[in-house]
Amino acid sequence: MFGQILFGIMALVIVVTSIGVVAVRNPVRSALNLVANFFALAVLYLLLYAQFVAAVQVIVYAGAIMVLFLFTIMLLNLGAPAELAERFEWKRPITWGLALLFVIVLAGGVFARLGEAQPAPEDIGTVQMVGKYLFTDWVYPFELTSVLLLIAIVGAIVMAKRRL
Amino acid sequence: MEAIPISWFLVLSAFMFAMGVTGVVIRRNPIVIFMCIELMLNAANLAFLAFARQQAQLGAQVAGQVYTILVMAVAAAEVAIGLGIIVAIYRLRDTINVDEMNLLKF
Repeated sequence: MFGQILFGIMALVIVVTSIGVVAVRNPVRSALNLVANFFALAVLYLLLYAQFVAAVQVIVYAGAIMVLFLFTIMLLNLGAPAELAERFEWKRPITWGLALLFVIVLAGGVFARLGEAQPAPEDIGTVQMVGKYLFTDWVYPFELTSVLLLIAIVGAIVMAKRRL
Repeated sequence: MEAIPISWFLVLSAFMFAMGVTGVVIRRNPIVIFMCIELMLNAANLAFLAFARQQAQLGAQVAGQVYTILVMAVAAAEVAIGLGIIVAIYRLRDTINVDEMNLLKF
């Protein structure tokens, strides 16, 4: 019962902040909505026995990536919403309607077919277990990820050069 | 902790993904568009973890969590490059409105 109540609260936070990211005009407030969204998501990861992923979610997403976003907003001086005029367009209500339809269709399909979670050992999401599989079964994707991060570093330096 | 139905997580994931798509389509600020892409990636992560709990074998359950970590690494790289591109465009053109970025448009 406790887990379900916690899920309900966190789901409510996620729904509200997801709408907030899209609907709020000020980009700084969008970013703060996204931070709250990521924290609530980390709690849901704990409910799914993914302790290590929850910690990484808080540290990497809510910590590093969102600071990068806020830093860029401050750097470009986009805090004032009048900087970018957002025109009202005909595609806006259509997009909201299609998104709602998407959720309804997927929810209908999902509720009909999926059941309860499988039993799992308590330590399935620990650093030890995830690390063991990351460095045995998944070692090639892991190494490819390091190459990807190297490319990202080089690309960021090229982008930051004064003359492109 | 007693079991929560997996479908609840998946419906929540679908909702987050739909909000992300909506934001990418209707917003004109590229930084907010990036945030909505992050929203979609997190929806995918939630779906990965929820589906991992449906698997019977231990290896398949941990595989979902490993996949989530790989997605996070890709997201970090994407944000670093994307925000670099936005800053470079701002320095070049003094605006970052996506409606005025048409150099690559055919």
